[in-house]
Amino acid sequence: MRSAQQALTGEIFEEHAVLSIDDLSRLCAVDRAYIVELVEEGVLSVTAAEAQEWRFAGTALRRARTALRLQRDLEVNLPGVALALELMEELDALRRELESLRR
Amino acid sequence: MEFKDYYQVMGVARDATEAQIKQAYRRLARKYHPDVSKEKDAEARFKELGEAYEVLKSPEKRAAYDQLGRGPRPGEDFRPPPDWGSGFEFSGAGDGATEREYSEFFESLFGAAARGAHRGRRGFDPRRGESGRGLDHHAKVILDLEATLQGGSRALTLRVPEINAEGHLISTERVLNVQIPKGILPGQTIRLAGQGAGGGPGAAGDLYIEVDFQPHPLYRPDGRDLYLDLPVAPWEAALGASVKTPTPGGLVDLKIPAGSRAGTKMRLKGRGIPAAAPGDLYVVLGIALPPATDEKAQAAYRAMADAFPFNPRAQLGVSQ
Repeated sequence: MRSAQQALTGEIFEEHAVLSIDDLSRLCAVDRAYIVELVEEGVLSVTAAEAQEWRFAGTALRRARTALRLQRDLEVNLPGVALALELMEELDALRRELESLRR
Repeated sequence: MEFKDYYQVMGVARDATEAQIKQAYRRLARKYHPDVSKEKDAEARFKELGEAYEVLKSPEKRAAYDQLGRGPRPGEDFRPPPDWGSGFEFSGAGDGATEREYSEFFESLFGAAARGAHRGRRGFDPRRGESGRGLDHHAKVILDLEATLQGGSRALTLRVPEINAEGHLISTERVLNVQIPKGILPGQTIRLAGQGAGGGPGAAGDLYIEVDFQPHPLYRPDGRDLYLDLPVAPWEAALGASVKTPTPGGLVDLKIPAGSRAGTKMRLKGRGIPAAAPGDLYVVLGIALPPATDEKAQAAYRAMADAFPFNPRAQLGVSQ
């Protein structure tokens, strides 16, 4: 067990990160082909391509990891994962709206 | 250690078929998956479920587990019998087992055997990636809204998976004092360079902490904006008033225009979640009626009734 008395200072990952496909595959511990599949299925979107290399926003990390967990844990195929993610986002938005209406 | 009734966890009979077990797993996994579920104990339930399925889906493990008989009641103290596991061959861990964390009960029965093959084959060390660089760790914490509004440090308790001397995967607690970046939003991630696993020959990995917020008693975040419900008295709404209003930066005097209605939204620019372009604070007015509990209050309401030729149901086509 390690502990630190002095506060560690971090950064908000999503604000600065521009990820290459290699960054993303390393951070998710999957191979590049899986990231390509996520893009082809529309789960992840490429924000820019620099010298033929894809670039992703920092938010892609969380999305890719969620997709990966859903696929592994629920044995859902990729189109199913894409659909689930879209519906979950919609559900989140509706829940927020419902909460504000209930007050 | 606690005995776990895996059949009970999965809600299936002891003589359930493989198909029934698979079906039960899929149904419960969708219900308790931490990414999907809003149930409070989803994560714990999902882990328990994964463990139960790991045992019951494998004919060898299930047979070995069944041999324990009904064992003590769930929760009672349990020790594996001395001849445990003899005559059974466990065919190694499934995928992703190195990431998974099992109960002490599972570990005592299947732990070393299940993982042995896996580690033997690849010489896998969960603290180190293939490049020799330490692995990145990912964690999730729930913070109070003040952390993003004011910044400041928080002591975060993280669980870190480790392989102990007997080759079991255990989790240890690690407390980190972390400066919360002001303005971080739910779903965003704090990256702490070098706080992942490793060190030694390669560089240490990084630690990624995904952030969510506890519900706040006053403010409701929506992106960078905050919403506050502000109750006002009927006369304050009708005549206008200046009322003390809480904001993340402290109390302010808010001018309520005469003739305000319930649901009127007032925007306090830049008083939401901080950033280069900070969010706004929306104050939503609600009309609070004073109760007519004593003679004087009742008289006041009666006087109002006399004073207003008011039909609140005019739009319904109903006369008084």
